[in-house]
Amino acid sequence: MEFYLYLALFAPLTGSLFAALFGAKPKTLLTGIVTSSLLFVSFVSSSILLGNLLMGGKVVHVEMMTWMATGDLYIPFGFVVDQVSAIMMFTVTLVSTVVHVYAIGYMDHDKSFNRFFSYLSAFVFSMLILVMSDNFAGLFIGWEGVGLCSWLLIGFWYHKESASWAANEAFIMNRIADLGMLVGIFLVYWNTGTLQYSEAFANMKGLDNHILTLMGSFLFIGAMGKSAQFPLHTWLADAMEGPTPVSALIHAATMVTAGVYLVVRANPLYDLIPHVGLMIASVGAFVAIFAASMALVNRDMKRIIAYSTLSQLGYMFVAAGLGAYWVALFHLMAHAFFKALLFLGAGNVMHAMDSELDPFKMGGLRKVMKGTFIMMTLASVALAGIFPLAGFFTKDMILEAAFVEHHYIIYSVLLFTAGLTAFYSFRLVALIFHGEERYKLFGIHPHEAYKYMLVAMSPLLLLAIIAGWFKMTYFEMVTQLLPATEYHIHSVATYWIMTIGTQLFVILAIVYAYKKYQVAKQDAEFEKRLCYKILINQYYIPYLYNKVLIEPYRALSAFFWKSVDQKIVDASVDGIANIFYSTGEKTRTMQSGNLSTMLKWMVAGLVALLSLAVVFAIAVRYSDGVNPLLSGLGVQ
Amino acid sequence: MEIGLNHYLVLSTILFAIGLVGIMRRKNLLMLFFATEILLNSVNISFAAISHYYGDLTGQMFAFFVIAIAASEVAVGLGLLIVWHKRHGNIDLDLMSTMKG
Repeated sequence: MEFYLYLALFAPLTGSLFAALFGAKPKTLLTGIVTSSLLFVSFVSSSILLGNLLMGGKVVHVEMMTWMATGDLYIPFGFVVDQVSAIMMFTVTLVSTVVHVYAIGYMDHDKSFNRFFSYLSAFVFSMLILVMSDNFAGLFIGWEGVGLCSWLLIGFWYHKESASWAANEAFIMNRIADLGMLVGIFLVYWNTGTLQYSEAFANMKGLDNHILTLMGSFLFIGAMGKSAQFPLHTWLADAMEGPTPVSALIHAATMVTAGVYLVVRANPLYDLIPHVGLMIASVGAFVAIFAASMALVNRDMKRIIAYSTLSQLGYMFVAAGLGAYWVALFHLMAHAFFKALLFLGAGNVMHAMDSELDPFKMGGLRKVMKGTFIMMTLASVALAGIFPLAGFFTKDMILEAAFVEHHYIIYSVLLFTAGLTAFYSFRLVALIFHGEERYKLFGIHPHEAYKYMLVAMSPLLLLAIIAGWFKMTYFEMVTQLLPATEYHIHSVATYWIMTIGTQLFVILAIVYAYKKYQVAKQDAEFEKRLCYKILINQYYIPYLYNKVLIEPYRALSAFFWKSVDQKIVDASVDGIANIFYSTGEKTRTMQSGNLSTMLKWMVAGLVALLSLAVVFAIAVRYSDGVNPLLSGLGVQ
Repeated sequence: MEIGLNHYLVLSTILFAIGLVGIMRRKNLLMLFFATEILLNSVNISFAAISHYYGDLTGQMFAFFVIAIAASEVAVGLGLLIVWHKRHGNIDLDLMSTMKG
């Protein structure tokens, strides 16, 4: 099994390096094919590893080599494939294989085709390091690796001002959060003496609650950055500047779920500190409704889906925070499938519409893009959580968990958000695929994407439909590692009322969305209202960050640059250099090579030394008080 | 007034100062040789005087050595000077800078 582990891990790296060889060359289809097939190899290996665990096989744990061993610190490059990381590996490699194949078509006309595949495979490698590492240090390497690849890929079209800005925003926000993460890791090391998961979690049981709270909170700050939770959420929507396959893979399915993965992985820690868990759940619930509300009015297709991702991440954190780790992981997996599908569908639409993102300019596309229409509709149904698609099982589990744990406020927020989710998803579907063909006004001739792109997407479609049916298999497997709390509502009647009620609520939201946006007219009256303005401006948070943080910081930097650095630091350093320079310049004339001049200087030196000797002689003779001083100087 | 050691030393110092100013100020190579002779002879005076003062002949012997060496030095120097004068038609110190970078 170790062979499969290494194969799964290093196949994407090989692909990335291979594509990097052709990085600066014009498009070579070969790079796309090689990286995709290596990814497929990785996927197959991951599936074998997952299958092995499903069959009741042993957890694969290898130690490739020692990384650091100094004193008490021992950090190996160790990898573990247990129930949690196997699920993550399966999800990551599956979605990335699909996205790689899809991207061959999507990036067809891009001149940096090879570079794109190099980055994309490097991302998968980093993500696999992140999920497979058996210690916090390895997790951190992967964590930074995915951050780097995310930066590279958001700013892939670096000639666009907005893209490089968004890339930097994402990178800087993640750095802020990573500081928290690092502090968390240091705390773990200081207090448990090791970074290996198994030993660290075992040692945590005896620790002071206060320290555990700090540990959990700092680690969660790291998770907040990567998973774009409030208040570090603004980068995710801006990250949509990247190519759509990137949005699908990194900013929907895999990287942003790393935060959830961290909380799930650290479940023994969070089990000890339920109050931090409750905080996580509250942040999650807040983000769920907060992001969903912004998605309601937005007019950028990709941003709507990005907010939806944000909102679903909120759901996952609610589950993880309430201790329902297996539910969080389940939703993570299902979400990866349908959200990636949704994004890839959006990519098809963008391609068809000449990179137009405003759904109000589309409409009626179902006639020309049948395949994409079906896929996106089903993905939206799955996202909305309609029986029997994946979203129903996973999202309802989160609702039930909140209900059973008696967190009724969180429950109602999530329930309401479920309605909002259904509404904005189908607002998008209705605007894009139904109604009048408004794109004709703009002279666009939409066309369906390449066949193989649709074929590549189909595994996601299949999984978005059936993933939920394997709930029991999944449950039996992951609960070998995670706490096996089952969330059953005690009274059967309540259960059915809740389930059917939720379903009806969601269906009503869908119907309402269809009714409202069947005919897409922009409601000028509504757009003047305050609530619309707040939502379309993302609660003025980016504006606020700009005013409160960025502009003062820029002013401060300019001040330090112009006044402190240039006038004090630079000036003193330059001044010292100038003293030597001008001294040299002035005394240079001494060395004219003229014999008389040199003799004059020689005589001057002689006179100076003689007078010094005379002065010393006189001083020695007439003052006893000078003697100690001279002996101090080593003269006598 | 009897002539003592100090008088000789003062004379020697004055001669040394004259010679020193001479080698600093003069540009004519011949004058430089004169100045050098004055310097050397000022030293000879003090050698002889101090030798006499202590009743030790070493100083006077040393003065003879200096005279001999000065003579040979002047012989070599004057030879070079004549060659230089034949080639360049001058013996100005400041013009002797053909090897200046």
